[in-house]
Amino acid sequence: MSSRPRLAVWKFASCDGCQLSLLDCEDELLTLASVIDIANFPEASSVMAEGPYDLSLVEGSITTACDIERIRMVRAQSRHLVTIGACATAGGIQALRNFADVNHFIAAVYASPQYIKTLTTSTPISAHVPVDYEVRGCPINKAQLVEVIAAYLAGRKPAIAAHSVCIECKQRGTICVMVQGTPCLGPVTHAGCSAICPSMRRGCYGCYGPMETPNTAALARAWQALGAESGDIKRAFRTFNAATAPFQKESEAHGD
Amino acid sequence: MATRTIAVDLLARVEGEGALDLTISDGRVASAQLRIFEPPRFFEAFLRGRGYMETPDLVARICGICPIAYQMSAVQAIENAFGVTVGGQLRALRRLIYCGEWIESHALHVVMLHAPDFLGFPDAIRMAGQHGDRVRNALTLKKAGNELMRVLGGREIHPVNVRPGGFYRVPGRAELAPITESLKRARDIAVDLVRWVATFPFPEFERDYEFVALRHPTEYPITEGRLVSSRGIDINIADYESEFEERHVAHSTALHALIKRRGAYLVGPLARYALNFDRLPAPIQALTREAGLGAVCNNPFRSIVVRAIEIVYACEEALRLIVAYEPPASAAVPLAPRAAAGFGCTEAPRGICWHRYDFAADGSIGKARIVPPTSQNQPSIEADLAAMAATVLDQPDEVIRERCERSIRNYDPCISCSAHFFKLSVNRA
Repeated sequence: MSSRPRLAVWKFASCDGCQLSLLDCEDELLTLASVIDIANFPEASSVMAEGPYDLSLVEGSITTACDIERIRMVRAQSRHLVTIGACATAGGIQALRNFADVNHFIAAVYASPQYIKTLTTSTPISAHVPVDYEVRGCPINKAQLVEVIAAYLAGRKPAIAAHSVCIECKQRGTICVMVQGTPCLGPVTHAGCSAICPSMRRGCYGCYGPMETPNTAALARAWQALGAESGDIKRAFRTFNAATAPFQKESEAHGD
Repeated sequence: MATRTIAVDLLARVEGEGALDLTISDGRVASAQLRIFEPPRFFEAFLRGRGYMETPDLVARICGICPIAYQMSAVQAIENAFGVTVGGQLRALRRLIYCGEWIESHALHVVMLHAPDFLGFPDAIRMAGQHGDRVRNALTLKKAGNELMRVLGGREIHPVNVRPGGFYRVPGRAELAPITESLKRARDIAVDLVRWVATFPFPEFERDYEFVALRHPTEYPITEGRLVSSRGIDINIADYESEFEERHVAHSTALHALIKRRGAYLVGPLARYALNFDRLPAPIQALTREAGLGAVCNNPFRSIVVRAIEIVYACEEALRLIVAYEPPASAAVPLAPRAAAGFGCTEAPRGICWHRYDFAADGSIGKARIVPPTSQNQPSIEADLAAMAATVLDQPDEVIRERCERSIRNYDPCISCSAHFFKLSVNRA
């Protein structure tokens, strides 16, 4: 029992979807549980065994002072720390507060702002502790999750491509939606979803964040040529990965 | 007299993060508080200024377990504001993908999160050592729900195909055919599941809830209906704010929802079932009798049986919808934005999910208000805790703690949703 590698799953500010991806591995879950010891996974088990852990999967972004302390504790107990999803990797949709006055946000939702303790920003895990690997996506792709766990068990680097969604459209034979007049973030967005939005005849909305060398300015010009207004372009870059440098910079180039 | 404090610092097998504080003073329960410390993410704030077309993609991120519920309540509100009704096969496809979400979410809770409580295991993986076939069947069931989500929505979590007016792309008949086989297998597994969970040992515990759910003239409610209660509320969803209010309490980042004139109420499977038993097909009504349920169930521990019944219903309903499916000529009906308020309310797996948006003339959101199921159930969860703890006060803290945690899991609470929401501490004075 104790010789199996020990896995822990942690949650910060998030929707639970990425850790749900682990339970969504319907075909692999019981096999996985036979080769690793799921030592700490509060969403799935009442057993919360103490560290150290061989691999920690971290979901969610840092939005409270208490969570800054907690992520340091997680890092100190973890041989490998892998972030799962756009919140942990890029700050998530809740990083939209970074562009606003958080007190206005609190007042918009809560009647008694004095009860709410939150930071003015939502930041990725890597802003606070060293991260060994970042899995992209809102949500992550469960096949990528299984690959990352298998890679760390085997002591190798995960085999996950860093190219754009465009390559995935070509791989599945989807006709480019841009050439049909639909604005798409695929050319600047990291692969991993299998290009599902274009396969549904809509443009990619960038939920995997920036690819390795994104030319966002050129894409913005192509959007303008299709009739997109600056407000449309700004909003398109301000979703689940708004706080990543390339997407933040491009959004700021299109007005306040 | 001594004060006993019993605390559960992090509730397990719930979606999101919360805790529980129970204070026992002079031999009675002085307070039971469900503390929700899930950090707020401010959806209603950042939705201001966003466009109606991007709204379903944004609100999906409130919850990874029930994104379709948020998308469906949002598109209904948008269409309501712009004066459009989506009917026919587009409406049928929406109900079909929602059945997928009910199946995957209920299967996850019934077997992976809730059943271990009744059988004395810390989780489903350890439960699989003795009940391997049950767990494997549950995973097959869950997978069938997820398959519906993937085929219709593009993926299981945060589907990409739902849009105001309908869908981006509708499937051909041939694409739905393979799901039929997995749904038939899922239905058979679900019927077995009802019979199995009905044999679990249930604590004798009932409370006199005011149930609140949607009610539709002919259907068991999923995608639409009037808002009704077991004590006489029967209103259009647009009138929610006249009967219900949300209060902000210090111990929770989730707002507490209450009926203005009476207080706590219950949403979710027990409420839907009690208010809509007559809308279940006769063979499923017969199955409920076989499982020992009446037309109303007031024992929250038996919610596991009702959830299993609803899985059977969702499988049957999905199969019926697929048989009747003819691809519509257009994937979406056209929409023209206008300055108006719109209301949406659908039955998420955990209960009604109510949305209101005030749109500007260009279709951008001026104001958003979203009331998730778990925040509505918080006051009832706390009342259950106080009532449940009162029956075991002479027991050691460990027993009280275990019973309280189970009381909370009866609700399948989704804390991530409600904090826009858990930990148990018992104080004995």
